Amino acid sequence: MKIDVHNVSKIFPRFDGGENIVLDNISFSANSGDFVIILGESGGGKTTLLNLLAGLDIPTSGEILVDDIEVKGIHPSRSMLFQQPVLIPWLTVKQNVAYGCRLRRDLDNLEYRVYQFIEMMGLSGFENAKPASLSLGMAQRVCLARALVGRAEMLLLDEPFASLDTFTQSHIQEELVNIWLSEKFTAVFVTHDVNEAVLLGNKIILLGGYPGSVCGMYDIDEPYPRSVNTPLFKEYRAEILVNLKQAHVGNRKFFESNNSFDRGGVDHE
Amino acid sequence: MADKNSISDSGKGNVLNKEQRVSFRSFFRYRASDIRFEIVGILLLLILWLVAGWLFMLLPQSVSGQFGDFLPLPTLKALYKLVQESRFWNSVAASMTRVFVGISIAAIIGIPLGLITGFYPTLRNLSYAPTQFLRMVSPLAWMPVALIVFTDFESAIYFIIVMATVWPIILNTASGVANVNSMWLKMAINQGSTHVQLFSTIIIPASLPGILASVRLALGVGWIVLVPAEFLGVASGLGYLINDARDTMAYDHLMAIVISIGILGFTLDKIVQTVQSAFTRSWIE
Repeated sequence: MKIDVHNVSKIFPRFDGGENIVLDNISFSANSGDFVIILGESGGGKTTLLNLLAGLDIPTSGEILVDDIEVKGIHPSRSMLFQQPVLIPWLTVKQNVAYGCRLRRDLDNLEYRVYQFIEMMGLSGFENAKPASLSLGMAQRVCLARALVGRAEMLLLDEPFASLDTFTQSHIQEELVNIWLSEKFTAVFVTHDVNEAVLLGNKIILLGGYPGSVCGMYDIDEPYPRSVNTPLFKEYRAEILVNLKQAHVGNRKFFESNNSFDRGGVDHE
Repeated sequence: MADKNSISDSGKGNVLNKEQRVSFRSFFRYRASDIRFEIVGILLLLILWLVAGWLFMLLPQSVSGQFGDFLPLPTLKALYKLVQESRFWNSVAASMTRVFVGISIAAIIGIPLGLITGFYPTLRNLSYAPTQFLRMVSPLAWMPVALIVFTDFESAIYFIIVMATVWPIILNTASGVANVNSMWLKMAINQGSTHVQLFSTIIIPASLPGILASVRLALGVGWIVLVPAEFLGVASGLGYLINDARDTMAYDHLMAIVISIGILGFTLDKIVQTVQSAFTRSWIE
């Protein structure tokens, strides 16, 4: 699914009557089948941007187009994966995977599709297990299976692997890339981990400063699977870190002087 | 041993006391619902009963009067006789029926109200004051109203039990709904859930443990108001038996009925508690 984000700002009202500008004039676009990474520090508006893409919230100004249609609400073709795996505890793995399809009465061949994705996620044998008996990594894979069974064309992933240990993390990252390569969905992946960003994405949107705005964009055309040890990887990583730091300095200036802040003249590509 | 002695000799005897305390505590160190706590608790209550009765017996005969009948021994004798009477069991059946029917009516009214008020903040805010107000009115205060509205005593008793139990059911169901994990809702909405589906697939199943807890609470309240409600002109039930025993001055009998009311209530609560915890466990594991 093609994504076009035009001059999107999001302002939340504050309790004291003021305004909390979370996103300021965000613009970017991505092609169908891209693996888009939204990279930035915590509290930088990443999740807000993802919510806007999902249609769980609407922008204060600007517009978001998906396949040239404005996003005005949620749609099952854009499926979210949260930081913590969200499974319904009283349903089995099988029922959790089928949950979304049953809601939407998307029932043809459902049983077969469910088993197909359970197998793809390496969860065979756990069809009838309850979520409480799964590890975090397995639970997150069940969520992934639920999204894919529902024929999601776009996956919105909100730091889905942040709570996993390093081993599970690198394993499931690899799996996600493999599934993405074979299923050809569009992925929008939010993270604060620069390594993860460069390992997974073919397009990185750097979100920084206060209020959050785009302070860098990278197209990474390296083949998968990637390794952290290649020179190109290190180069991207270093560049991103410099950019993030500059955005952060700008951010501090903003707080100190409260003038319109200088983003440090960061411009890329 | 030599070590301990030397410590206590050197004036730090509390080390020994501490060890004794630890071994005493080890008897109780299991979970709070351990049966041993319950047995010891009941034994303590029995002792308190004996001591209280004995203290009353020290008073001059004119004051103490028939207090002898309230002591454990005559009471237990009367209880033994009581459980062999069919009149007693008929009354137990009548009382149980009233409680179950009353709570069923309260659940049919209260659970949907609790679900709705728990989910919609506007309704929750609107209903808060009226619910708290009505909850604070003793159900027995409705007795005259009940007798005017309902022509027969049986319906009046149901009315009083419903008035007593519907509030805890509404409030606990609502708090169960309010505590539903908001991520489940977000996920369901993202998966395309309609409003009705949100209730049927997430909110109601997620609130079931809370609903069961509310029914358990209602059972306790219902059982408590049942006895005074049965002082109304009905001719069966445990409340009626108490009234009857008072009128015939059969105080050992009266005490035996009090004890059996306690035992029955305790047992009922235990049954619901067991069902509740077994269900809650099976719900998530």
